[in-house]
Amino acid sequence: MHHEAPLYELFGLTFNLSNVMMITVTSAIVFVIALLATRNLSMKPTGMQNFLEWVMDFVKGIIKSNMDWQTGGRFQVLGVTLIMYIFVANMLGLPFAVVINDELWWKSPTADPVITLTLATMVVGLSHYYGIKMKGLKGYAEGFVSPMPFLFPLKIIEEFANTLTLGLRLYGNIFAGEILLGLLAGSLATGFAGTVVAIIPTIVWQAFSIFVGAIQAFIFTMLTMVYMSHKVSHDH
Amino acid sequence: MFVLGAGGHGFNGGDIAFQLLMFLLLMFLLRKYAFGPLMGVMKQREEHIANEIEQAEKHHQEAKKLAEEQRELMKKSRQEAQALIEEARKLGEEQKEQIIQAARAEAERLKEVAKQEIAQEKEQAMAALRQQVASLSVLIASKVIEKELSEQDQAKLISEYIQEVGER
Repeated sequence: MHHEAPLYELFGLTFNLSNVMMITVTSAIVFVIALLATRNLSMKPTGMQNFLEWVMDFVKGIIKSNMDWQTGGRFQVLGVTLIMYIFVANMLGLPFAVVINDELWWKSPTADPVITLTLATMVVGLSHYYGIKMKGLKGYAEGFVSPMPFLFPLKIIEEFANTLTLGLRLYGNIFAGEILLGLLAGSLATGFAGTVVAIIPTIVWQAFSIFVGAIQAFIFTMLTMVYMSHKVSHDH
Repeated sequence: MFVLGAGGHGFNGGDIAFQLLMFLLLMFLLRKYAFGPLMGVMKQREEHIANEIEQAEKHHQEAKKLAEEQRELMKKSRQEAQALIEEARKLGEEQKEQIIQAARAEAERLKEVAKQEIAQEKEQAMAALRQQVASLSVLIASKVIEKELSEQDQAKLISEYIQEVGER
């Protein structure tokens, strides 16, 4: 069940072309959805605009549960982009996987730890950036020694642990889902009887993967806001 | 990372850079073309609703005030009407009293005048009668008892007679 990745070397950097393609597809889908939803903006929302407004309100609720809207409002676009991007990315790997010459081309971009850890690192990096920007260098540094100075090493470890868990949780869930789907479709469904047997669990697992994909998108956004609030809020 | 199943040789820096770039680009584009306008509309609607509610509250307050005023006015006019009716009734009563009084006075006066007239008539009648009786009685007496009486006796008789008439 292990396929090679289509690698490509450029400027001394290795590109996984499958990832590049899937990232582009995901971004394009998210952008098109958002663009279609906001074509005819009106005071009385209809159809797609309603949906996107619901997403925005949903993210607003996530932010509000972590910090006051005064400080959290600026993260709304980040949150909405994250949740839509990760959700779409999680969904892309569900219907099928494309393998050409034993190279895996079509999959969820979030089934690759490089992608998820990049997102996680970006989020944690942003939280540090906003921590310094909004509380000043002094306030930011004090965050590492409060409430007790001897917690400093733990705080440092926490930052790396946060990044790792944030990225690997998403990756693990989606990758596991795809592996099992691949097993069901590739290994079990050989011959007529195997295919018939594989239909039910495949459907069930796809449904569950949709659920997991949605939940993971939510959790990623939620934890992003939790880490943000740790850095930018004064009373923590 | 490589243990975790992504597979690959060397450092996957290209993916990292690409993912980062694409995500930031996506965020920027979304903010510019989708979420920015959407947030603007949502905010606009929020303000609109707040405005409408405020307006409605104001109108409600105004209506309440107007109703109160109207009620006050109604009460006042009702009182005024009551007072007017009362006054009219009083005036009517007074007038009635006056008219009755005047009528009574007039009647009294007429009665008085009539009484006087009657007295006058009676006096005149009496005088006329006295004269006539005198001459008549002379005439009768002279006819009945011609020569039997002297002139003096006659006068005495007449005067007695008249006295009697006056007394009656």
